[in-house]
Amino acid sequence: MIEIEQLSKKFGKLQALKDINLSLSSGQCISLIGPNGSGKTTLIKSILGMVVPSSGNILFDGKNINKEWAYRNDIGYMPQIGQYPENMRIGQVLDMMRDIRKTPDHLLDNELYEKFELNKMLDKRMRTLSGGTRQKVSACLAFMFDPKVLILDEPTAGLDPLATEILKEKIVYEKQKNKLILITSHVLSDLDELVSQIIYMQDGELVFHKSLEDLKSDTGTDKLSKAIAHIMGHRSIPQIEIIHEQ
Amino acid sequence: MNNKIIKYVISDLLRNRTVFFYTLVLLALSLSIFFIEGNVDKSIASLLNLVLFVVPLVSIVFSTIYLYNSEEFIALLVSQPLKRQSIWLSIFVGLATAMAAAFLVGVGLPTLIFAYSLSGITLVIGGLLLSLIFVSIAMWTAVRLRDKSKGIGLAIILWLYFALIFDALLLFLLFQFADYPIEKLMVAVSMLNPIDISRILILLEIDLSAMMGYTGAIFRDFFGTGTGMLITGLVMFLWIALPLLFATRFFKRKDL
Repeated sequence: MIEIEQLSKKFGKLQALKDINLSLSSGQCISLIGPNGSGKTTLIKSILGMVVPSSGNILFDGKNINKEWAYRNDIGYMPQIGQYPENMRIGQVLDMMRDIRKTPDHLLDNELYEKFELNKMLDKRMRTLSGGTRQKVSACLAFMFDPKVLILDEPTAGLDPLATEILKEKIVYEKQKNKLILITSHVLSDLDELVSQIIYMQDGELVFHKSLEDLKSDTGTDKLSKAIAHIMGHRSIPQIEIIHEQ
Repeated sequence: MNNKIIKYVISDLLRNRTVFFYTLVLLALSLSIFFIEGNVDKSIASLLNLVLFVVPLVSIVFSTIYLYNSEEFIALLVSQPLKRQSIWLSIFVGLATAMAAAFLVGVGLPTLIFAYSLSGITLVIGGLLLSLIFVSIAMWTAVRLRDKSKGIGLAIILWLYFALIFDALLLFLLFQFADYPIEKLMVAVSMLNPIDISRILILLEIDLSAMMGYTGAIFRDFFGTGTGMLITGLVMFLWIALPLLFATRFFKRKDL
């Protein structure tokens, strides 16, 4: 579905991505893990065309995405911090996105819209929203157009437990429809049950890309968080902020 | 270009207090000038200063601030199935329409009502073009500099340059080379500043060119002809198109 070939990105002197090669196929729920500043968001933004790579290629369904834009019809993106025009109302943002996507009404997926009860606050301005409500709007927009690929950057950050459960159920449901789901998250325990593959990045480099079973058997642990902790221990990195469990 | 983005930008700007206030101030100033000053040519000369200084300043500074404040909106659009070029050009069309409309209501309408003459029409066209040119320059400064305060600073410096510094340099050159026949060169040099082009065009129409001496006569010779006007029109068009072109090319490769 998505092929990444020798992707590198430099921001001035900072090498944000170093020679990344990845092959992401549909029907998988892939967790993108790594410390802060390891290049996860840059990788995601490169796939979305928001960041222009310094070298390397990204192929979407076999086509190079360089200077393309129509392929983004097949991607639903939920950003880390949903930033919207502050003066717009929730209803206007939703309308504008529907306008841009041109998806006919009967093909829209309004499940999250209904479950998050956004219809009760269509008149609220974006600047008055709490972080969690923004996340709800972002999630709703990402899933609304029934895209083949879902890219979720820290989806559960800021969501209350009930909303997190709704979102998780939705992710599981979409995965069964043979979609590719790419998630970055620090809260590992949240994702244990969803994830089928793990990508681990550090300092802009790809450390590994493995299926969950392989990772668990390689490290001899039964939980994702322990497996990751195990790997990090081996790489002897003193401060990693994602180990909250135990 | 994308009509939906244009529609959104315009409806957002119409609700913007600064644009509303700008329109009101322009309207109040031009109406008071026309009511106080009976002689139409004199009131056009007074309005000239308003058009040559205030319109470029507000166009460039307001557009720059608006672009920086729309960063999130632009990032949101870029992640959607839209062409970057059409996003950027649509924002330009939206901004340019709003600034042009504010000028038309504030200065254009009163001028056409009270001073419907060739000089009045030249003034309105000059002001409209200046609005578009300085929005276009703002697109370029805002896309090149990531930092908002630096961007606004550059916008103000550019305005100072076009409105004041350029003329000071020109005067300096004139005095230094007063012994040489540089009048024809002055026509060429004035093309480097859209504010100067507008000033000359309007002054020629209200027959103040007599006060410009021999240079005024040269200007009259050049701007009075069809070819001269054609070249002037082309240069003004380039002043709109080139900054926008550079900005669009940069935006296509920008990381958001």
